[in-house]
Amino acid sequence: MTSFLPAKDHHLPPGPGGTSPEGPILEANGLVKNFREIRAVDGIDLAIGPGTCFGLLGPNGAGKTTAIEVIEGILAPTAGKVLYKGAPRGPGFRQEIGIQFQRTELPQFLSVRETLAMFRNLYDRRTPLPELIAACRLEEILDRDNRMISGGQRQRLFLAMALANDPELIFLDEPTTGLDPQTRRYLWEIIDRIKKAGKTIVLTTHYIEEAQLLCDQVAIMDRGRIIALGTPAELVERYLTGAAIVLPVPVPPDRQPAIPGRWRQRQNRTEIHTDDVAASLRGLLAAEVDLSGLTVRAPNLEDLFLQLTGRELRP
Amino acid sequence: MWNRIWTIAKARIIEFYRDRSALGWNLLFPFLIIAGFSTMFAGGGNTLFTVGVLGAKLPGAGPVAPQYRNLREAPTAKLVPFASRKEALDGLARHRLDLVIDPGSGRYWLDRASARGRTLERLLFTRMPAATAGQPLSMPPVSYLEWLFPGVLAMNMMFSALYGVGYVVVRYRKNGVLKRLSVTPTRPWEFLTAQIISRLIVLLASTGTVFAGCSLLYGFKTRGSYLDLVLVFAVGGFCLIALGLVVASRSSSEEFAEGLLNLIALPMMFLSEVWFSLEGARPWVRQISRFFPLTYIVEGARMVMNEGAGLFELKYHLLALALMAVLFLAVGSKLFTWQRE
Repeated sequence: MTSFLPAKDHHLPPGPGGTSPEGPILEANGLVKNFREIRAVDGIDLAIGPGTCFGLLGPNGAGKTTAIEVIEGILAPTAGKVLYKGAPRGPGFRQEIGIQFQRTELPQFLSVRETLAMFRNLYDRRTPLPELIAACRLEEILDRDNRMISGGQRQRLFLAMALANDPELIFLDEPTTGLDPQTRRYLWEIIDRIKKAGKTIVLTTHYIEEAQLLCDQVAIMDRGRIIALGTPAELVERYLTGAAIVLPVPVPPDRQPAIPGRWRQRQNRTEIHTDDVAASLRGLLAAEVDLSGLTVRAPNLEDLFLQLTGRELRP
Repeated sequence: MWNRIWTIAKARIIEFYRDRSALGWNLLFPFLIIAGFSTMFAGGGNTLFTVGVLGAKLPGAGPVAPQYRNLREAPTAKLVPFASRKEALDGLARHRLDLVIDPGSGRYWLDRASARGRTLERLLFTRMPAATAGQPLSMPPVSYLEWLFPGVLAMNMMFSALYGVGYVVVRYRKNGVLKRLSVTPTRPWEFLTAQIISRLIVLLASTGTVFAGCSLLYGFKTRGSYLDLVLVFAVGGFCLIALGLVVASRSSSEEFAEGLLNLIALPMMFLSEVWFSLEGARPWVRQISRFFPLTYIVEGARMVMNEGAGLFELKYHLLALALMAVLFLAVGSKLFTWQRE
């Protein structure tokens, strides 16, 4: 049994991603899912190594949740196959996986403790209750009615439910969507500990920071397809060069001087993506653009998504 | 396997117990019905006919046609004096009265379309041969309230089983609780068995409480064995829960499920002899009632409680309920889906 608690003995290095000497724990080959005439998943191929945190990144409607639910066995694929430990998913699959859904409800009139106990009892292998409580920081709300807990507390309870059977493979479907930044970071810490305990995690998200912070390997999904696959650093390196100069104010197109780089308006800021930062900065100074609050940063997955699809990850 | 079944059943029992409004209503509803009927029938409740008497003079109080004299003593007729003939005849036309008599002249009026009026006319004016004397009942009589009580218990079970399972499973499906359970090792039949066990425990406990309370308050007697009664309610409850699972097998719309449950529950409530006997109903109505599980529960419970019947006499009722339960369970399991369609 693997503990989720942050003890030295339990600290395992993150997995290599992709395949490992033991072979992938989870594979999807040519996965297709149609809902009548709509193709939600359009030929996905994946191989996830044991101990990896695999991120499925994409905007709302990209097909992430559908793809995950086909892999979990909740939806039947229209075509393609899913292999768990090299074989089709058998009856033992459900005993060895944990799932946190994007949206679900809890049984009413039960306390947090009773809910956890109930879900633990559905499995043959169980994470000790005190460990589960400590790992997801549920001590203070244990005797509270499910209906009386906050959004962040609910997400922690859902996570604990996903860990109730000490799973080998954990699916987290947008676990931090709708949470405030502080609660989100709190959950990231917990997920990071689970990852360090050697568990394989499949995480869907549309938060770039989440994917960069937690995932060893990322697949970027758009319109039901995987359009890029690799480690976050590999992907950025493969598709993007240079840096991004960020101005914290919008600069209208008629006041944008001709300098090396591509101008982009993103929400209420302006970004210039350039291979020659020095030349771009000189151009800005020469054009007397207000440089207050200017920052320079390395390109990230969000830039990559924009580069690959021409659209923002989060509109 | 059994651990999973019991875990889900226990959680459902806790949910029911803590939902105080549902629990309270389940116990209070049958009490209210019995209390209401007990008040309505207080003081005898033997009035069968209402007779308007013209001239504000009751038979026997003055010169009266001889055929009306016995009306005063008739315990089943309520006599209402009227000063105006028009007012009395209006009452007759609107079915508030079964017959209007004028004691002075000996004339009477009735609505020929009214079965009650015609019956009363016959009672008053048909002479029986002297040898045709009424014989006393050999068995102890059962009051309407005692006759009604098993029906009310069974009806309460029906509502609790159909809505407590059907509605709740649909809600679980709608809000994703079923989806969450579907990714655990729980199999559909384990979930369905847990629903049956939990609801059956709830049904028997609440029916037992209402039975004990009403029996104490109103002095109802059970002439047969309590164990036989429990058996009738247990098999009947099982059958009704299985019927609720059929309703809940696919839908994720509470409105649709409610409509379907009403469509099943309301005809059963009216045609399973909960409130009145179908003795005089048309044959096809009685035939339809034989397809309703509630009919067999009500009859079985009445046989035990009112007539003192034993297992041997109940065998067809129990068999019918068991067969229907198996059929409903098979259909419910076949149609069951964890997720929204």
